[in-house]
Amino acid sequence: MSPPAALLDATGVAKRFGAVLALRDASLQVAPGQVVALMGANGAGKSTFVKILTGALKPDAGHVRIKGQDSTVASPAGARRSGLVPVYQEPSLIPDLSVADNLRLGDTPVDRFRHWVGALGLPGLRQDALIRTLPLASLRIVDLARALAVEPDVLLLDELTAALPTDLVERVLSVVRAQADAGRAVIYISHRFTEIAAICDRATVLRDGQTVGDVAIAPGIEDTIVEMMLGAPVTVAARSARATGAAASDAPRLRVRGLATGTRLTDVSLDLRQGEVLGVVALEGQGQDELFDVLAGNRRATAGTVEVNGKPVAFRHPADAIAAGLTLVPGDRAHALLMQRSVRENIALPLLARLGTWGAIPIGAERSRVGAAIERLQIDTRAQGEVRRLSGGNQQKVTIARWIAKGVQTLLLFDPTRGIDIRTKQQIYVLVRELADQGAAVLFYTSELAEVRMACDRAVVIFGGRVVDVIDAADADEPTLLRAAYGLTATAGVPA
Amino acid sequence: MTSATTDAPLARLGRLMVDNPLLPLVVLLFALIGVLALLNPAILSMFWASNTLKIAIPLAMLAACQTLTMLTGGIDLSAGTAATVAAYVTATATPLIGAPGAIGIAMTCALAIGMVNGVGVAFARVHPLIMTLGTGLIATGCLLVYQRSVISTGTEYPALLVWLGTGRTLGLPNGLALFIPFAILILWAQRRSGFGRLLYAIGSNEAAARLSGVRVWQVHLALYSLSGVIAGLTGLLYLGMVKTASLSLALPLDLPSVAAAVIGGTSIFGGRGGYGGTILGALILTVLATMLTLLQMPEGGRRILYGAIILAVTALYIRLTDRG
Repeated sequence: MSPPAALLDATGVAKRFGAVLALRDASLQVAPGQVVALMGANGAGKSTFVKILTGALKPDAGHVRIKGQDSTVASPAGARRSGLVPVYQEPSLIPDLSVADNLRLGDTPVDRFRHWVGALGLPGLRQDALIRTLPLASLRIVDLARALAVEPDVLLLDELTAALPTDLVERVLSVVRAQADAGRAVIYISHRFTEIAAICDRATVLRDGQTVGDVAIAPGIEDTIVEMMLGAPVTVAARSARATGAAASDAPRLRVRGLATGTRLTDVSLDLRQGEVLGVVALEGQGQDELFDVLAGNRRATAGTVEVNGKPVAFRHPADAIAAGLTLVPGDRAHALLMQRSVRENIALPLLARLGTWGAIPIGAERSRVGAAIERLQIDTRAQGEVRRLSGGNQQKVTIARWIAKGVQTLLLFDPTRGIDIRTKQQIYVLVRELADQGAAVLFYTSELAEVRMACDRAVVIFGGRVVDVIDAADADEPTLLRAAYGLTATAGVPA
Repeated sequence: MTSATTDAPLARLGRLMVDNPLLPLVVLLFALIGVLALLNPAILSMFWASNTLKIAIPLAMLAACQTLTMLTGGIDLSAGTAATVAAYVTATATPLIGAPGAIGIAMTCALAIGMVNGVGVAFARVHPLIMTLGTGLIATGCLLVYQRSVISTGTEYPALLVWLGTGRTLGLPNGLALFIPFAILILWAQRRSGFGRLLYAIGSNEAAARLSGVRVWQVHLALYSLSGVIAGLTGLLYLGMVKTASLSLALPLDLPSVAAAVIGGTSIFGGRGGYGGTILGALILTVLATMLTLLQMPEGGRRILYGAIILAVTALYIRLTDRG
């Protein structure tokens, strides 16, 4: 460790958004020749920190120095000029231009770009190909090659290998490692411990907006890192033998086998029984969005089967899923609500969706059904009028109330408590349990690991588009879930 | 300090307008009539009022096409053409096959234009602006072809349409006999029917409507077909009023029908507004046109003023009612 020689040195970085302190004291040093993993659980402040490092945000306190030069006031272009080049999860290329035109926009040296595209395993890439015609994996390679071609001193790679096929991953990792070996610095952000173990020298861990640790990568370090991310010691809970096939004769409400969408969702199987709340736990972008979309009829699967009450189904439209009793509360309320319309119209929408209900609205019946749902969810309707005037928690209640009014059979909740107040969260847990007790089946994706114990009976953990573990709620403490979510399921050999 | 004193009443006015969006339109309408009375007191009479209504009715009907499609975030630029087609076909086919058959064919043509729009918007996902512009041009072309083939047969105007278009009962235009039931139906549908709710839902958030199980294509197909039928009806009424079969018959109504809906508070982005405002918008435009004629300005100046007033009214109205 030689701080004066660090190519990138960020110290004491803090950032506040209104009342929220996103970062309080984040630090990161990367010396030449090193690959450093930047790690942190959901909400640790990782993305804010990355934005500050790359000049997209200005910190409130602290400094970021690249090659000893202060770059805290810089723009993304400034950070780039001083030698830091980021490659993000979403390729930053213009879809309607060719590869060559995109290179020209960024003043990328074409010869070196060609060299790197070849080295990364795509020698046949045509320069005149339109970006929109290329597969996502190739775009990642183009983005990386473009970054390498400008020979940056510090390379920041954010979830680079997500959605890359394995053969390309290996090439990419060896190229990244070679960059460091040539004396450059690399910041590597990934959810995959195997990759971190393969190429990183150190890991810097963020928790609650603070750098809480900086460790050298060594065999068995995963537990230490998970511990640091959680702020609590990892105790791998004694796992009871998984309850399997207890009621095998009973067809589950929802049976999913080998479901894939050709992108992130590769192979998911699960059973959801009547009266059960099944949690879904996954890091960002592991295929959970696609899973819920397929089950809600909003996207088609490319492989696998879905059975509802033992009958195979293939939804072509959300209306098909609703007819089969599968109703979705999407993660983004903006996708679910008619913001300019009233609470009543929002809740009554599914009741009027079918062709047979185009005629006169049975106003009395509608009022009583909507009223009952509002009552049950205790929606604060003092703000009469448009839904956009309601608080986030009340908006979320409206999206759930819609399906209560329609009649719940199988409820698909995608992160229903994100960004809402604690009281409303509690109300939602209670409601979900009540619904299950009354015979509903609930699939409950949550980005808050602690919710699994509070709301679910079991949880499936998805990693890289596959179910990697099924955990009973009793065993689902945060360390266990987080380890599983990072694909670290080494508990197979642990005796019960 | 000054800004605070001017701001507060403005904000209060804004809130009043949000709660009663039709109120300012009524005020504006009577203000225009007041100006008219100042310019020429002699003009205000029962006859003038009746005449204004008569002229406003076809405009308000054609503006129903715009209002309903705009509620979903669309528009129907082929409405004027569909009206012209219906009128022209009726006038030229009546001497050949009689009024009922001619009207039947005419309405079928109007419905067909609407259905083509519906198919394009619902299935091919063409933007309504482009789709209806395209069908409008195609229909105009077809009408030209049709005109060449029937040039010698002459024209005739069914008596019922003439009665509706020009007749008066108790001093009121007979057109109201068609328009009042029509307006009640549209107002009822927009508030109290499932179809009406879906128009607002799709205009507010199409993705949300879809996720709630709405098959959006069904609504689009039905909506644009309905719009075609309304345009056809308007064409028939207008034919009875002007008693001329021309290829540019409803052209003067085309863009004013959009203006009437916009002045009436219907958002071109969808999800907001309604037919009540549109009816007032059509009346305001008609009174405004009378006023500008009275000013004895040259045609060019009149048009400039007409356009400028529409822009000013719309901008002010949106500014005042669109408070978060």
